Amino acid sequence: MKNITKLGAVSALSLIIGAGSAFADTIKIGFIDPLSGPFASTGTNGLHQFEFAADYMVNDKGGVLDGDTFEIVSFDNKTSPKESLIQLQVAIDQGIRYIVQGNGSAVALALTEAVDKHNRRNPDSRVLFLNYAAVDPALTNEQCNFWHFRFDANADMKMDAMSDVIAKDESIKKVYVIGQDYSFGKAVADAAVSMLGEKRPDIEIVGNELHPIGKVKDFTPYSRKIVASGADAVITGNWGADMLGLGKSIIENGFTGPIYTYYGAGSGMTGAFGETGKGAIRLVSEGIVNPPPTEEASAYYQAFQAKYPDGNIDQTRISNTVGMLAEAIKAAGTADDVVAVATALKGMEYQTIWGSKVMMRAEDHQAIQNINILNHTDEGVTFPFDGSTFGVVSEQTVEMASADAPTTCEMQRP
Amino acid sequence: MDLILVNLIDGLVTGLLLFMLSAGLTLIFSMMGVLNFAHASFYMLGAYFAYSISLALGFWMGLLVAPLIVGLAGAAVERYGLRRVHQYGHVPELIFTFGLALLIEELVQFVWGKNQMAYSVPDVLNFTAFAISGNSIPAYKIFMIFISVGIFIGLLYVLTKTRVGMIIQAALSYPRTVEALGHNVPLIFMGVFGVGTALAGVAGVIAGPVLGTFPGMAFVLGSIVFVTIVIGGLGSLWGALFASLLIGWMTTFAKAYNIEMSNILNGLGIATPENLDESLFRDFWSLTSPQIADILPYILMVLILIFRPAGLFGKRSS
Amino acid sequence: MSNFDPNTDMPRGARPEEQITTDPSKPSERMQFRLMLFNLAPWIIASLVLLLLPAVFTNNSTITLMNQMMITIVFALAYNMLLGQGGMLSFGHAVYAGVGGFACMHIMNTSDFFSSIPLVILPFFGGLFGMGLAMIVGSFSTRSAGTVFAMISLGVGELIAASSVIIVAFFGGEGGVSGNRTDALPFFGNEFLQQINVYYLIAVWTIISAALMFLWSRTPVGRMANAVRDNPERAEFLGYSARWVRFYSFVASGFFAGVSGGLFAINYEILTEENLNTASSGVILLVTFLGGVGFFFGPIIGAVVFTLVQTVLSLQTELWAFYAGSLFLATVMFFPGGLAGLIMMHVPAFKLGKSKLLIIPYLKTLVPAAIGILAVCALVEMTFHYRHAATGDHEMTLFWTTFDSHTVLPWLVAAAIAAVGLGIARATAPSLKEAWNEANTRGAAS
Repeated sequence: MKNITKLGAVSALSLIIGAGSAFADTIKIGFIDPLSGPFASTGTNGLHQFEFAADYMVNDKGGVLDGDTFEIVSFDNKTSPKESLIQLQVAIDQGIRYIVQGNGSAVALALTEAVDKHNRRNPDSRVLFLNYAAVDPALTNEQCNFWHFRFDANADMKMDAMSDVIAKDESIKKVYVIGQDYSFGKAVADAAVSMLGEKRPDIEIVGNELHPIGKVKDFTPYSRKIVASGADAVITGNWGADMLGLGKSIIENGFTGPIYTYYGAGSGMTGAFGETGKGAIRLVSEGIVNPPPTEEASAYYQAFQAKYPDGNIDQTRISNTVGMLAEAIKAAGTADDVVAVATALKGMEYQTIWGSKVMMRAEDHQAIQNINILNHTDEGVTFPFDGSTFGVVSEQTVEMASADAPTTCEMQRP
Repeated sequence: MDLILVNLIDGLVTGLLLFMLSAGLTLIFSMMGVLNFAHASFYMLGAYFAYSISLALGFWMGLLVAPLIVGLAGAAVERYGLRRVHQYGHVPELIFTFGLALLIEELVQFVWGKNQMAYSVPDVLNFTAFAISGNSIPAYKIFMIFISVGIFIGLLYVLTKTRVGMIIQAALSYPRTVEALGHNVPLIFMGVFGVGTALAGVAGVIAGPVLGTFPGMAFVLGSIVFVTIVIGGLGSLWGALFASLLIGWMTTFAKAYNIEMSNILNGLGIATPENLDESLFRDFWSLTSPQIADILPYILMVLILIFRPAGLFGKRSS
Repeated sequence: MSNFDPNTDMPRGARPEEQITTDPSKPSERMQFRLMLFNLAPWIIASLVLLLLPAVFTNNSTITLMNQMMITIVFALAYNMLLGQGGMLSFGHAVYAGVGGFACMHIMNTSDFFSSIPLVILPFFGGLFGMGLAMIVGSFSTRSAGTVFAMISLGVGELIAASSVIIVAFFGGEGGVSGNRTDALPFFGNEFLQQINVYYLIAVWTIISAALMFLWSRTPVGRMANAVRDNPERAEFLGYSARWVRFYSFVASGFFAGVSGGLFAINYEILTEENLNTASSGVILLVTFLGGVGFFFGPIIGAVVFTLVQTVLSLQTELWAFYAGSLFLATVMFFPGGLAGLIMMHVPAFKLGKSKLLIIPYLKTLVPAAIGILAVCALVEMTFHYRHAATGDHEMTLFWTTFDSHTVLPWLVAAAIAAVGLGIARATAPSLKEAWNEANTRGAAS
C-alpha cells in the first residue's frame, strides 16, 4: 500500500518540480528565505523588494545582454537550514544559477558550505550565493569561499561605524551591552567591548550580558539592571520580537539615553515603537531613505510604495545586489558561466541609486560601503515605515566604513 | 534593597499574568482531563481581538468585549471539536488541541498579517505611578496587578460560595453522579472551557500592550503554562497561584542578578580549570543566571515530577 | 465512526474473517509457510520499489526529497514505538535524533578515526548515542506513563534544546556543526560524492531499521509494550514489570531515533539547533499521528505525506502550513486512526470480496467533495491575494487559470463550485453510507 502511495506522490512531485526548466531568455534568481513562520514578515518584505528591484532596475530598462530579463523565484525555507538545503537542490534542478538569501546566519553558513560542496562535486551546474543580509563575520573570514558574495556590511563593520559615532559623543561615559545568547549576539558584544576599548578607553562597559534567544517574555528585569547601572547608552544586536520587547521595556522603565541597535526598524517594529521610541532608537544601516539622498532614490521609493503601500524599503542593499549582478553579467557577457560572473563581480565598483558607492572587495567578497547611523523619529520623514508616521532619518555617515579592515579569508579560486 | 522591592513588584506582575493563564488551564484539566495545548493561543486571540476593537472603540471596550469573544470561541471549540474527539480518548484530545494551536497561529497570520501590531497602553494609564530610586513603576503594571487579583478573588468566590461553583466542584469528582442528579454535565464542561479560555483572553488583552502582540506570542508562552500547572499540581487553583508566583519571582531574580556558575563552583571548592578556553566544559563554567533564567522552571518541573509526581499542591498523580 | 478497535490494532470484523481463511484440512506447516510468504511480500516489494525509484526520478531534488522522506520514516517509526506501541506520548523526542546526529558530525570531524571507517556504518554510532541518552533519561522518566511521562519529556526536551545554544563546544551554537562525509574510508571505491549514492545508503538503512523495528514489535517485549499500554496492572500480574517494559521500548526507540539523526548527518552534512528543538519534536508527533499510530506502516504514510506537504506544497503556496494544520485537525477529528486507519477500514470489504460495491458510491461522493474542497482552497487563496498582494497586481493564477482577483466573477465561480461540489457530496453521503454497510456485511452479495 505504501508503495502505491509513494509512487503516486512522487510522480505528482516530479511533475511539479520538473515544470520549471531553464529558459534562455530569463535569468532566474532563487530567493531562499522565510515566507512562513515567525520571520515571514521580514522574508516577504525582502522578496517584494527583490521583485521590485528586478523589474524596475533591469527588466523595465530592457534587461541585460540580448534583452534577458531577471526573474525572482521564491523558495520558502522557514528559516530552517535543513529546508534551505532541500530548496537549494530544487532551485539548482530548475536551472537556477544565482541564489539570494539573507535572514539568519545559521542558514547562510549552511548554504555557503553546501554551495561550495555542490560546486566542487558538480562543476557543470555551479551556482553563486549572493548574501544580502546575513552578517556573521565568519562568512567573509574563515568560512569564505569563491561563490559567496556579501552585499551587507558584516557585524564587525557595523560595530566599527557604531563605535566611531559613540566615541565622538562626549556625553557617553557608560555603555551597557545586551544581546541574544548565540553566535551573532556574542560577536556583537565582543566587537563592542574591543572596539570601544580601543577608541574610547575612558568609556566604562557597565554591563555585558546575553539572554536566551526568542524565549524571554518580559524584559523588565533586564531593563531594571540597565537603569540601575547608570548607563548612558545601550548597544544591542537583538532582532525581531526580542528587539521590540527589549526596546519598549527599557524605555518604559525609565531609561532616557540612546539605544544603538542593528535591527531596530522596519517589519512592523517602527510602527510598534511609535512615539515611545522617538529620540531613543538608533539604527546602524548601510542605506539612507530619509532625507531622500537622490532624485532617483525618491522616484524608486515612490514607485515601490505605489506597488506595496504597506511595505518598506528597509534594505537598500537589495537594489544594489540586483544592480551589481546585472552589471557583472553584462561585463562577463554571459549569465551561464558563473565563474566569469563571479570574476566580474569581485572588485567591482558600483554607483548606487542611493547616491553612494559600493565596492566588492576582491579578497573576501565583502561589500565596502557607507554606513549610517539612523534615528527613529517622525520629524523630517519623507518615507515612513510600516504605514505609520515614523521612520528612520540619517544622522551621521561613516564613509566607506572599514575599507581596510583585515580579513582572514584564504580564498580558493577555481 | 530598593532593587529587591522593584524586582518583587516585577515578579508579582509576571507571576499574576501567568496565573490568569494557568487558572483557566488547571480548571479545564481538572474537570475534563484535557491538557489544552491551545490555551496560550486563546491568550493570543485575546490580544488580537482587543487590538482590533481598540482601534475602533478604545482600549476599555476591548478589555470588556475581547474576552467574551474569546470565551465564545473557546466554548465553540469545546462543543464542535473537543466533544467529538473526547470519545477517542485523552491522547487524541491532546493532539487535537496541539493541532488547534498551530491552526490558530496560521489563522492569526492570515487575518492580521505577520508583523507586530501597534497595540499600546491606553493614555489614561500611560504614566509613571511611582519610582523607587530611579526605577519607575508604570501605572499600567499596578493596573495589571489589580485586575488579576480581582479575577482570582472572583474565581475563588464563584467556586466555593455559589451554587454553580458547587456543581462544578461536584462534577470534578463525580461527573456521573452529578449527571444522575439532573445536571447537564456537557453544558458544564462547555461553560468551564469557555470561562477558562475567556480568562486566557483577559490575560492576552492586558499583556498585549506590554509584551507585544505578534503571531509568536502564544508559542513563547505556550509550554511554560503547562510547567506552571504541573509544578503547582494538576487541578489545584492554589497550586497554580503558588507556582505562578514562584516562577515569576524565580525568573525575575535570576535575570536581575548575575550569579555566575564559576562563583558557585568555586564556592563549592572546585577550582576553575586552567586554560579554560580549551576545556570541554568551558561553556558550563561561563554560565550566568540570566542565561538560564527562562529554563529554570523546566528544571524545577522535571525535579518535581521525579520526586513528587502529584506536584506541590496536587492530590493525585494522573 | 471509529471502525477499528483501538485495543487490538485490528479493524473491527477483520478477525473473524481471518479465521475463515484457516482451512483445517491443510497441514499446518504449509499454512505457516504461506503466512510467512505473505508477510514477507510487502517488505520485498518495498525494497524493490526503493531500489528502482531513482531510475524513474533522476533529478537531484527528487532524490533529496526522497532522502528526507526516508529519514523522516525512520524517525517516525521510532517515535511510534513509543506512542503507538507503548502508549507513551513524548514531546521531546527530537533530542535523541539530534544528539545522535551531532555525535555523528563530531565523528565525521575526527579525521583519523573517521577515515578508518566506512561511511555506511556511521548511523550505527548515531544510534548508540541516541540510545545512551535514552537510557539516562529513561531511567527516571519511564517510571510512569501518561501525563508525568509526557511532561518530563517536554521538560528534558526544552532543557537540551536550550543548552544547544549555550553549550557551544558540543552543539556548535547557532551555526551548528558541519562536516564532510567524503572524508570516510571509501566503501568499495565509493566516496558518496553524489546524492544518488547517499540515496542508496539511506534506503538500505531505512529497510533494515524498519525491519528491525517490525521484528521488535513481534518480540515478547514488543508485545508486552502493547499490554502495558492498555492495562499496566494486568501486565504486572503476568509477571512483567511495566516500568522495565517501558524502559526497553524507550531505549530501543532512542536507538532508532539516533539512527535517523545519523542519516540526517550524512545527507545534509550539517546539524543545527533545529534538529533538537521542540518544534521538531512537535512535527514528528504530527507526522506519526497523521499517518496513524495504530498500524506499523502508519508513520511511513505520515512521513511521505508530510514531507510532500512541507516541501512541495510550500513551493506552490505560502499558506501551506494553514492547509497542513487543517488536514491534521480533520484527521484527528474524523479519522483518529490516521491515514493508515482510513486505508485499513477497507480491509473487511476486501476480504468479503465486496469492495467493488464501494467504487461507484465513492466516485459519486468523493469526487464532488474533492472539487468542493479545492474550490474552498481557491477562495482562501483569493482572499489572501486580495488582502496581501501588491497594489495594482490584480492578476493571479490558480489551477492553471489566470484571472483578476478584484472582479466578482471568479469569486462567484469559486463559491458556486464549492457549494455545488460540497452539496452533491452531502446529498450522496447517505448512499455511500448504505453501500459501506452493505460492503461490510457478510453474505448476500448483490
